[in-house]
Amino acid sequence: MKSETTKKSEPLYDGHIPINLLQRAVLSVGSSIVALTDPARGDMVAVNGESSGHSALKKMHRKMLESEEGRQILMERPRINSTTIDIEKLKSYPDGTLGREYTKFLEVNNVSPDTRLPVRFVDDADLAYVMQRYRETHDLVHTLLGCPTNMLGEVAVKWVEALQTELPMCIGGAVFGPIRLKPKNRSTYLSKYLPWAIGVGSRSSFLMNVFYERRWEQDIAELRDELKIETPPGV
Amino acid sequence: MHVSSYNKASNDPNFENVNSSTTSKEKTVDFGFQTVLASEKAEKVHKVFENVASKYDLMNDVMSVGIHRIWKDYFVKKMFPLPPGTSIIDVAGGTGDIAFRMLQSIERQNKHFDVSGTEKNSSILISDINQAMLDVGKERASKMNLQSDMLSWLCADAQQLPLADNSFDLYTIAFGIRNVTEISKALDEAYRVLRPGGRFLCLEFSHVNNPLLKQVYDTYSFQIIPPLGEVFAGDWKSYQYLVESIRKFPTQDRFKEMIEEAGFRSVKYENLSFGVVSIHSGYKI
Repeated sequence: MKSETTKKSEPLYDGHIPINLLQRAVLSVGSSIVALTDPARGDMVAVNGESSGHSALKKMHRKMLESEEGRQILMERPRINSTTIDIEKLKSYPDGTLGREYTKFLEVNNVSPDTRLPVRFVDDADLAYVMQRYRETHDLVHTLLGCPTNMLGEVAVKWVEALQTELPMCIGGAVFGPIRLKPKNRSTYLSKYLPWAIGVGSRSSFLMNVFYERRWEQDIAELRDELKIETPPGV
Repeated sequence: MHVSSYNKASNDPNFENVNSSTTSKEKTVDFGFQTVLASEKAEKVHKVFENVASKYDLMNDVMSVGIHRIWKDYFVKKMFPLPPGTSIIDVAGGTGDIAFRMLQSIERQNKHFDVSGTEKNSSILISDINQAMLDVGKERASKMNLQSDMLSWLCADAQQLPLADNSFDLYTIAFGIRNVTEISKALDEAYRVLRPGGRFLCLEFSHVNNPLLKQVYDTYSFQIIPPLGEVFAGDWKSYQYLVESIRKFPTQDRFKEMIEEAGFRSVKYENLSFGVVSIHSGYKI
C-alpha cells in the first residue's frame, strides 16, 4: 500500500519532476542557501527560481496573455539555443540591429545560448514554458539593456527583472547581489546603475512580451524606444 | 491534462518511460519503482553512480546525518578478530569506506598480536563495477596516507567476478548488493570465490517494521533526501532511485533465504536502527 508520501502525480512535460509542498520547501530553502554561498552553483539559482516562483509565473503568464505578441509567443513556444537560432546568420546582419548586437553580446561576454538548464520543478506545463522563456531570453534582456555580464551588469538586469517579473529569485538576486560588489563599484552602483535600473524596471514595457525571433533585423535603438528603455549610464 | 513537450527531447535518457521496450520477451527487473529490461538496469545504475561518485561521501553524511559511519564501524567490528593472512574481498567497495576501516583494524590488531615476518599479511581486494567510484576511493586512500600494499583495486561486476574459485576467506558487501541486477547471481559468485569455511557479510538497507517509525522513515526518504540530493549534488533523480531501490530490496527474512539458496549455512541477520539497515552473515560450510 503506497502511502501519501510515495504517491506521485504524473509528469506534465519532458523532464518534469512533480513535487509536493514539503519537497518544494526543502528545495527552495536549500537552493537559496547554496546559491548565496557557492558561486559555482548556478543550477541552484535556477532551482530556486522554479521552486519559489509559482505566483510570479502565474502573473507573468497573465501579462503575456494580455498582449498580442505575448499570446503569439505562448502559442508558438519558441526556444532559444544554438539549434533554433542561426547565430552565423545573425552575425552577418548590420551593426545596430538586434540580431547583430545580440551576437556581439555573446562574443564579448563569452556566453552561449546553450547554458540554460531545462525547467523541472514547475508543476504546470504552461508556467514551465514561461519560466523556460524567461531563462532563455535573459541574454537578450542583457543586450537590450546594454548591460555586460559582470557583477554590476547582472545586478542591474536583476533589478529590472525583479520589478517586471516579481520572481522571488530575481528579488533575492537584486537585493543580495550587491553584497558581492567591490567597494569601488558600490558608489557607481548606488548613484548611477541602481536608479537607472529601477527606472527601467518600472517604466519600460513587459519584456517577456517581446517576440525577439521576429525582430532580429529591427534597429536596436528603435526597439529600445518602442519598449521605453532609457539608455544605460556609461553607454 | 495535456502533456506539453518542448521541441527538444529530454536530455536524460536514463529516466525515459520504457513502456515501449517491455513488449520484447527479455526479462524485466526493478530500477527503483520503474520496471526496465534486465540489460538496461546495469547501464542505468552505472550512470547513477557515475553521477554521485564525487559527492558520494558528502551525501551519505547528509542523508544519514552521519549515522552511516556508526553502521560501518559496527559492521567492521563484527569481522574481528581476523587470523593473520586473511584474504578479503570487499565488493561494491568503491569509495573505500569499509576497506579502509578493515585496514586500520588489521593494523591495530597486528600491533597487539605480534605478527612476525614469516606470517603472510592479510590482503584486501576492493572491487566495484564503477571506475568512477574506485577513482574516488584511490584518491581518498592517498589523501589518508594509507599503507597500500595490503590494498588492491579491481573494476568488476559482482555477478561475474574474474576471480578463481575458493580464493577468499571473507567476502564483504556494504550498500552494494541492492544495486545488482540479479542478486542471486551475486550471491552465487560470493559462494564460489569464498574458500570452504569462508564468511559472507552484507550490510544493506532493509525494512523497518515498526509502523510509526516506518512513516517517519518513508517521509524522510521521499520528501527530504531527493531535494537534498538536488541541493548538494545537483542530482534529484539519482537519489530518488536510491531511496526507491531500498523499498524494492527483499525483506530481512527473504534475503536470508536467498543467501541460504546460494549454499551458505548458519545464516543470521541483525537489524540496526530498527531495521533501517541490516547485517546478514553466512558461512560456506
